[in-house]
Amino acid sequence: MSILVNKDTKVIVQGFTGKEGTFHAEQCMAYGTNIVGGVTPNKGGMTHLGKPVFNTVEEAVKATGATVSMIFVPPAFVADAVMEAADAGIELAVIITEGAPVKDMMYAKHYATKKGMNTIGPNCPGIITAEECKIGIMPGNIFKKGNVGLISKSGTLTYEASNQVVKEGFGITTAVGIGGDPIIGLSYKQLLPMFEADPETEAIVMIGEIGGDLEIQAAKLIKEQITKPVIAFIAGQTAPKGKRMGHAGAIISGSKGTAAEKMEALREAGVYVVESPADIGITVAKALTEKNK
Amino acid sequence: MNIHEYQAKEIFRKYGVPTPRGGVAFSGPEARKVAESLGGNLWVVKAQIHAGGRGKAGGVKLAKSLEEVEKIAEEMLGMTLVTHQTGPEGKVVKKVYIEEGADIKDEFYLGMVLDRALEMPVMMASTEGGMEIEEVAAKTPEKIIKVAIDPAIGFQPFHARKLAFGLGLPKEEQREFIKFATALYNVYMDNDAEMIEINPLIKTGDGKFLALDAKMGFDDNALYKHPEIAEMRDLDEEEPTEVEAKKYGLSYIKLDGNVGCMVNGAGLAMATMDIIKHEGGEPANFLDVGGGANPDTVAKGFEIILSDPNVKSIFVNIFGGIVRCDRIANGILQATEKVEVNVPVIVRLDGTNAEEAAEILRNANIKNIIPATDLKDGAKKAVAAAKGEL
Repeated sequence: MSILVNKDTKVIVQGFTGKEGTFHAEQCMAYGTNIVGGVTPNKGGMTHLGKPVFNTVEEAVKATGATVSMIFVPPAFVADAVMEAADAGIELAVIITEGAPVKDMMYAKHYATKKGMNTIGPNCPGIITAEECKIGIMPGNIFKKGNVGLISKSGTLTYEASNQVVKEGFGITTAVGIGGDPIIGLSYKQLLPMFEADPETEAIVMIGEIGGDLEIQAAKLIKEQITKPVIAFIAGQTAPKGKRMGHAGAIISGSKGTAAEKMEALREAGVYVVESPADIGITVAKALTEKNK
Repeated sequence: MNIHEYQAKEIFRKYGVPTPRGGVAFSGPEARKVAESLGGNLWVVKAQIHAGGRGKAGGVKLAKSLEEVEKIAEEMLGMTLVTHQTGPEGKVVKKVYIEEGADIKDEFYLGMVLDRALEMPVMMASTEGGMEIEEVAAKTPEKIIKVAIDPAIGFQPFHARKLAFGLGLPKEEQREFIKFATALYNVYMDNDAEMIEINPLIKTGDGKFLALDAKMGFDDNALYKHPEIAEMRDLDEEEPTEVEAKKYGLSYIKLDGNVGCMVNGAGLAMATMDIIKHEGGEPANFLDVGGGANPDTVAKGFEIILSDPNVKSIFVNIFGGIVRCDRIANGILQATEKVEVNVPVIVRLDGTNAEEAAEILRNANIKNIIPATDLKDGAKKAVAAAKGEL
């Protein structure tokens, strides 16, 4: 078991024939991801990496039965690509592209929600179910199969965390890089209950960062709903106070988004909060040992 | 990206958000000329820096004659303003804004920002104008009225009425306020603003609303849509090394410690600073070399880190994924040929082909390059090296 994606998931790639799209689609296929085709407007009818190319997502879905789209289009076209996927009945869009305008993403996310499509990202490494299905740009070989779920705002820290977990002799069920942009898709709030419900996942690692209050919301949810051990690291404990121009951000979230504040909230919720990023792996080991006593 | 008050007010006027009349000046005589053309007998001279809290720091002054305008402007230009938002080093004033004096009857706060949780823009108003609004939010949150605006319907009169009632505006003033708030919403949405703050928004003796101050920040990702705003960028307001780093796709922030850091990915870069502190050291910088650490970016990274004389050791912490560690190791060796590195460099490469990478570094046998086995080992060695204990 796993969450959201597995070896049977049919995936299309938007921005399939571009440089990034091509490179990473190839890597995903080598990992075992069931990529069934791609979309590049005006290249419909072509074959690329041995898979059919379509002009529209609608055609691709009709022809292949794909339910997930991996999006690599340039930032200016991301919102359009996401909305097209939602319109065509895609269930999950994984948006890798970095640099998408926030306002565009706001409109796209609202439309996706209305159409019942989940999104991951933008500006994220994607999602991987270990040794089954990789939809994104992460190095697949680091993610060995196991019983730990992973949710992370940061790309390289996701790899770091998985690497440490594997070195301790454990492995990963599914790892999700949620991205750190102002508007993101699935977050701790939706993913934690999915891992709670997944019978294979026995512990959950969450990697947060300073800014915003997603981790504070996650702490509340963990206290109320999550029974599996959660191990958390918040990056940016030593980040300097920014030279800010206005205060509007802090007022709206009602919190300053500091690492200390987030760590405190998570500790209170019974989470194993790790102070040093080098201790993620050993803390997972400790949590699982305590749990199985 | 942030812009100056005078620039924000230019945008405001274009959208029909009323502001007092004014003009920017770079010298005393120029300031006098602006005041002369504005007319009247009361002016305000305002330092243009990208930070709030100018008033308290002496960056906003009233002038009652043209001579006084010139004198104040001359004093203000070149002075270093230190406010609670500039950091202790402050900011040098390079331009001033001369504005006509206003007849202030009442002061409010009005701002707009994205609410990340609701995923909608919110407009916020408060009767506590002119105060430090962060303090108001902390001590008397009930004094801040917020409306979230669903982008699908846009800003409606009912949104504005809710704010107007919250501010206690009488019926005859509501129409003016609704016009003001609607125009402000358009400024925010049309320009991909990240935040707008008007503090204070004033009501004049004759019942008009005026933006007496204006702060605006924009979504960097959307600047390509707004070349006229991108042109407003003031490089004087940014750290020169940070600007230089950006040219090479590096993101660099200077800090006060002595352990330099070079890392791939912002999250891991922050975590690296955290672990240096955890091991008893102080990071000298934040440096994210991005996904593709190659010899050129690594060389540039060394150059930028070493431009800080405080740096006593450098911790290179790279997690190799798609870009393999052995290639990165070669990149680091090539970079040290391009840039003279005279402090110990602790290199931790993990991920794909990490062992081959360690082998390459060991075989190169360069005195200054010390391989580390993992994150903790690297941080420990880097901290020890900075203290001269390695």
